[in-house]
Order: sequence, then C-alpha cells, then structure tokens
Amino acid sequence: MSIALVDYGAGNLTSVRKALAAVGAEVYTPDGPADLTRARGVIVPGVGHFGSTRTLDQAWRHAILERLDHNRPLLGICVGLQWLFAGSTEAPDVPGFGVCQGMCDRLPDIEPATGARQKVPHVGWNTLALPRWSRLFAGVADGSHVYFTHSYAAPLARGTVATSTYGIEFTAAVEEGLVSGVQFHPEKSGQVGLQVLRNWLTGVT
Amino acid sequence: MLAKRIIACLDVRDGQVVKGVKFEGLRAAGDPAELARRYDVEGIDEVVILDVTATLEARQARAHTIQAVARELFLPLCVGGGIRNEGDAAAAIDAGADKVSLNSAALADPPLITRLAERYGSQAVVVAIDAKRDGDRWTAYTRSGSASTARDVVEWAREAAARGAGEILLTSMDRDGTKSGFDCPLTAAVSDAVAIPVIASGGAGEFAHFAEVFRAGRADAALAASIFHFNTHGVTDLKQFLHGQGIPVRL
Repeated sequence: MSIALVDYGAGNLTSVRKALAAVGAEVYTPDGPADLTRARGVIVPGVGHFGSTRTLDQAWRHAILERLDHNRPLLGICVGLQWLFAGSTEAPDVPGFGVCQGMCDRLPDIEPATGARQKVPHVGWNTLALPRWSRLFAGVADGSHVYFTHSYAAPLARGTVATSTYGIEFTAAVEEGLVSGVQFHPEKSGQVGLQVLRNWLTGVT
Repeated sequence: MLAKRIIACLDVRDGQVVKGVKFEGLRAAGDPAELARRYDVEGIDEVVILDVTATLEARQARAHTIQAVARELFLPLCVGGGIRNEGDAAAAIDAGADKVSLNSAALADPPLITRLAERYGSQAVVVAIDAKRDGDRWTAYTRSGSASTARDVVEWAREAAARGAGEILLTSMDRDGTKSGFDCPLTAAVSDAVAIPVIASGGAGEFAHFAEVFRAGRADAALAASIFHFNTHGVTDLKQFLHGQGIPVRL
C-alpha cells in the first residue's frame, strides 16, 4: 500500500510521515510527477502560504488526475485542503486544484457575533461538527477536538463533512468522491487524528 | 470552540528532566520520553522541551532526546534552549520538533525569526521571552535569565510578531518556580499587544492559577512543569476543574 507524500517545499513532513507509519502506511516521497504512477494514494500536505502550492504545476495536476482516474484517493492536509478549492485570496494568482467550489479567505479579526477582537492565526484545539456520515470520521464523535494552525480557511462546500467555527464556520474537512481534505493536522491531533488517517487508508486499495 | 491549551514543559539537562526554582537549584524529575507518554495519556495538549543548558556540543544529545519524545507523541512538540541559528533549528525539526522556540538568538539577531518563518512557516517559530518586572514595566532577559537586555517586553513581543513569530512563550522570572500564580498583568499586557497566541509560563502552583491566567491574563495557553512532574496535580484533574469553571478545554 504505497502512499505518495508530495513534498513541494511547503514545510516539514517528519510528523506526517511518522503518523502515517504509525497507522501502517508505507510512504514514499515522489521525485517528480512521473513518480506518482506507483502510488495507491496521494497526500498533499502543507503549512504556511497558499502561494507555495504554485509548485504544484500542470505536470503534478495531470499526474494526480491520472491517479484519480485509476481510483487512487487523494488527501489534502491544511494548505493541501485549501488547494482543493478554486483558490485563495492569500495568493489570488495561484489557482487551486478546483475539485471543490469557492475561494479560501482570511479568518476574521473580529468575531461577528460579539464584535470582540479575535486572534488570527487560529492556533490550537478546536471542536469538530460532523453534519453527516463520512468515511473520514467513522468512529469519531461529534464535538471531538483536533489541532489547527492556520490564518486562511475554506468556505462550506457541497463536499463538506466536518466544520469548525472560529468567528465564522469553515470547512474542517471535505469528502468528494475519491478526494478528501482536512484543514486540521491529523498528525498532531492525538488518537482522533490517527483515526482519521486510518479511516482514509481504508479507502486506499 | 477553541480550547485553552495546557502545555507541559520538560526542562532537560543531559537527557534528564530537571526543574529549577527561579532558574537555580535544579532537581531531577525523570526520563523525558516517559513523562511525555504519561502526559499524553492524561490529556496534555502540547509538550515543550527546553534544554536549559544546551551547548553546541549538546546538539546531538538533544536530537536524541527529541527523537525519543517524538516517537510516540502525536501532539504538537516544541523545542527550545540553545537554538542559535538555522542549523540548530533544522536539527531540532529534523529530529521531530514541530516548533522551535527562540530566546537569546532572536534578541541578538531578530531577522532570524523571519528567516525561520519563511523556511518552516510562522506556526513553527515560537519566540520565548523571559520577563522581569522593573517598576511598572517588564524587561526581557536572555541566557536562561542571567543577562538583562534593554528591551521592553511588550514592545519586543510586538516586534517578534511583526517579524513572523507564530506564538509568544512568555515566562515571568519573578514567578517562575514560586507556585504563587502566573503574572496576569504581564500576560494580559502582551496578549493585548499581539495578534498571535500567548503562552503564559512561570508560577503555576494550583488549579485556580490556570483559571486566573486564562481570564485575567487573557492567555491562550498555559505552561507548567513541576506541578505536573511530581504528580502533585494530574493534567486530567486540572482540565476537569477548568471545565467546571466554564473555561473551554479539550477533555
């Protein structure tokens, strides 16, 4: 079960690699798009700026689409989830993968309900709301805490299977056919995070 | 709702956890990996390893400690103490740290904050400030609290945030090890001045101190060491207490 962890220079992958190993995945870092052909599943991680996804050029997109055509699932983590959308106001000139509709936008500095100032980035453990069943959250309780660290967030979309709220309600996870994404860091979210990774792996055959 | 974080600090020297009173008179408290495992089971939200007497020669030993702690820990792990440059930061991150904490090096070379934030993202860069009250203000200290700087703590925190720090780890040197409570006015002053999370540290002695620093100190997270190490108070009990007080925590 060979999983490609795409290293496009957006941060450190040690923790993701370690968590995937802990749930029994065999992970490799592809040298380039051509090296994706042996992947049973593809993970696009990422921290930091949406602009870093510029590295995921046409060749990468084609290689990932080719994997999807062969029933190989895709998981985006953090900026990797945001990349699944049309784009982000953080780097408007960089197009996203576009599987999900809508643009990612900056979290509000003011909490709309109370008018109180809130800190951005959103850092720490926040609760998940799970509006419907999904493969990713099988066995995960509604209201579970997961670890977030981000300033931009994805809007609610057709494929939204988990939301969280920080001033506004945003997409904490999507599941759209073979394409999934999580805004939080499953590799840093304790047993809940490991369960989400395990659940995603059940779709990798 | 975003939870207030409870962070356990492991002050490590020569691979063993130690904890001092006002940075002096260290006494042994155990194996870092063993302690981290216990805290994980008890529901700690994050772990910080501070290598209090780190030297360049100790870098390899530190990597060993980080690896041992990180091996079974699927929580954010921050490493500080002796992170002087990009090489030290890279070594800590490669060994399994998610964040590095800079103190003296950030004061000596503020652009280091930006360089590390550009390379690893702001979420990986914590600026630690050791603060000592000086009349009605606070001054930043360096080198494990042995050398004063001319920097005002609030102003330095603002600059660190502007340069790309992702969090501020704020230690009250006046309260550290005293168990007399966090310095809430200090924490509130810094928390109000920056848009990044502030971790309060120094002075935790009882559960009520945590509630105070989250309310009056407007802290986003609170860090403690000895209160947890010597099993005086469990992390689980602390979180139940805070939950009972209406403070959002991860249970």
